Amino acid sequence: MNFRDLVQSASSSMFRSKARTLLTIIAILIGAMTITLTNGIGTGIKSYLNKQLGNLGATNVLTINLTNKNSSGPKSSNSPPAKYNPNHKTALIGGRGPGKKQLLMTNKDLSTIKAIPNITSAVAVHTLSPDYIMSSNGNKYQLTLMQQFGSTTAGMLSGNGVNNNNPNNQITVPSTYPASLGYNSNSIIGKTVEIGITDALGQQKTVNATVTGVQQKNLIGNATAFANTALGNQLYALQSKGLPTSIANEFTTIEATFPSNFTAKQITALQNQLTKKGYTGQTVKNQENTIFTAINVIIIVFDMFGVIALLAASFGIVNTLLMSVQERTKEIGLMKALGMSPRRIFALFSIEAMLIGFLGSVIGVIFAAIIGKIINTIGAHTFVKNFPGLSLLTFPVSTILIVIIGIMFIAFLAGTLPAIRASKKDPIEALRYE
Amino acid sequence: MDTNNVIVAKHITKIYGKGEAAFDALEDINLSITAGESVAVIGKSGSGKSTLMHLLALLDKPTKGTVLINNKDATTMKGTELDELRNKSYGFVFQQFFLNANDTVLNNVILPLKIARVGRKERNQRGMNALESVELTNKAKDKAGNLSGGQKQRVCIARALINNPSIIFADEPTGNLDSHTGKTVEDLLFKLNKEKNITLIIVTHDPDIAKRCDRQIHIQDGKISKWSNV
Repeated sequence: MNFRDLVQSASSSMFRSKARTLLTIIAILIGAMTITLTNGIGTGIKSYLNKQLGNLGATNVLTINLTNKNSSGPKSSNSPPAKYNPNHKTALIGGRGPGKKQLLMTNKDLSTIKAIPNITSAVAVHTLSPDYIMSSNGNKYQLTLMQQFGSTTAGMLSGNGVNNNNPNNQITVPSTYPASLGYNSNSIIGKTVEIGITDALGQQKTVNATVTGVQQKNLIGNATAFANTALGNQLYALQSKGLPTSIANEFTTIEATFPSNFTAKQITALQNQLTKKGYTGQTVKNQENTIFTAINVIIIVFDMFGVIALLAASFGIVNTLLMSVQERTKEIGLMKALGMSPRRIFALFSIEAMLIGFLGSVIGVIFAAIIGKIINTIGAHTFVKNFPGLSLLTFPVSTILIVIIGIMFIAFLAGTLPAIRASKKDPIEALRYE
Repeated sequence: MDTNNVIVAKHITKIYGKGEAAFDALEDINLSITAGESVAVIGKSGSGKSTLMHLLALLDKPTKGTVLINNKDATTMKGTELDELRNKSYGFVFQQFFLNANDTVLNNVILPLKIARVGRKERNQRGMNALESVELTNKAKDKAGNLSGGQKQRVCIARALINNPSIIFADEPTGNLDSHTGKTVEDLLFKLNKEKNITLIIVTHDPDIAKRCDRQIHIQDGKISKWSNV
């Protein structure tokens, strides 16, 4: 029999006992659907995070901190407390949960990092604490402002990101601001806003900046406005006026850039150099990976449910095919007597197993796609409403193909036992009269 | 050696089981069958006649001795060679038909060609030709399960014919049929034997069929008790 005949013969025998085949297919379908759905959620969230994290900074930026041996503070294991180092002051950072001590850096650290080969630029990240933002309508609103690093324009609702090379003050605001400031997200572009900031002596000063864009609502930095270098520097200069220089020049983080054509290997080498000097340098990719690892673990746990379903289903395949072999004993015997080789008989039953796997997985994937579509549609109006751009479930073709091929392979493995049994049938025994 | 011999069995012995439980199903059988001959194998059940047919049909291997098919030693052939020989040179007709009841008559008939990987168009053509020779072309598209017993056996004969075999093995071909339809099937087999010069080996209880054969081999307790010519 050629391949087409084998497939035809296998499929006709598959549908000979419809109920039995259908039940086995349903079992596989459940497994396939579970795996497709969990992976769909994983892919959806990952691609969303990818977009969001892309907004955080260019890929050729390292976020550098001083390595604190006991940085996790009270949360850490049983290690003894870190020794006090008079050369490094610490600051408590981090929001919820136990605080995290972060060592403070000075301009000395900045020059050390600038001196590292392949570091093309390095800037200290100062914490800006503006008092308010005000537009022409005269209403003042609170403002959280961060300096923008790297060049990113992604994730803008309207307009563009700030330009760090522009000597004029520029700012982008979160999507909630334009309405309060008396504009809409398009009309605010190019308008001037006033930012109030209080220095260490208690005197409030104002600075003007041009709005270049409105940020899309996202997971990270949701309510934070971004300033370009010119605005950031001016605000920090005002804010630190009156502070002792030693304090004014303290910061926890340095943002450094390296050539954008660096390979992963070169980046790692660079990070190792930083480690040797006592710093920790992380790229956006590193931070992304930390989050992705966590997501992957969750997905794998969910996948386990699918795998368990498939495992149960594969016993269904074994059972279905064993019964099929039993029922078709005479047919197998006849085919062997008429010159069909044991290898072809094996292929016939393996193909039947794979067809069951194929049907189950394809229907499962289709079901998953339909459920995904429904969840996405409902979600967009309810529970993921606040995350525009997030489609909770995405099904890339590659994942779907892997699921289908994987399940067909599992089905093939399940089919080997019955197929071997069929191929070993003795035609004389099989054709003996009762 | 007579080159006209299609099947020659030399000192074939078949022993089932081992040691104490060993049972000689056949003992030192010698026979030769010439091309175009019709031979009946007669014997009581348990006499070893089925075992003899299995050995001659290459479905089983003798414990001792050799079977020559067209002067080639079949006992040393590999599985694939045996499969091909059975597929190309043999036709089988069974008492219980062994048709796939859910499949069409035509598909049942062309099974040997499917196994031999003959192209779709050719095998359907040859299938219709074979059905023509058993006068069942009008049933080609019917389900095999819907046919009468005699029609089923004629489909089996068409299936056995399709590869233009040199030998047809028929195991109790009329055993499941009433005497009238049995006669039709019988006539058909002997007609093929005469017209197409196909060697016919029939295992049977039926003395009438046996008489119509050129020679009869009587098997008793695993041995040939006598040869007879009509």
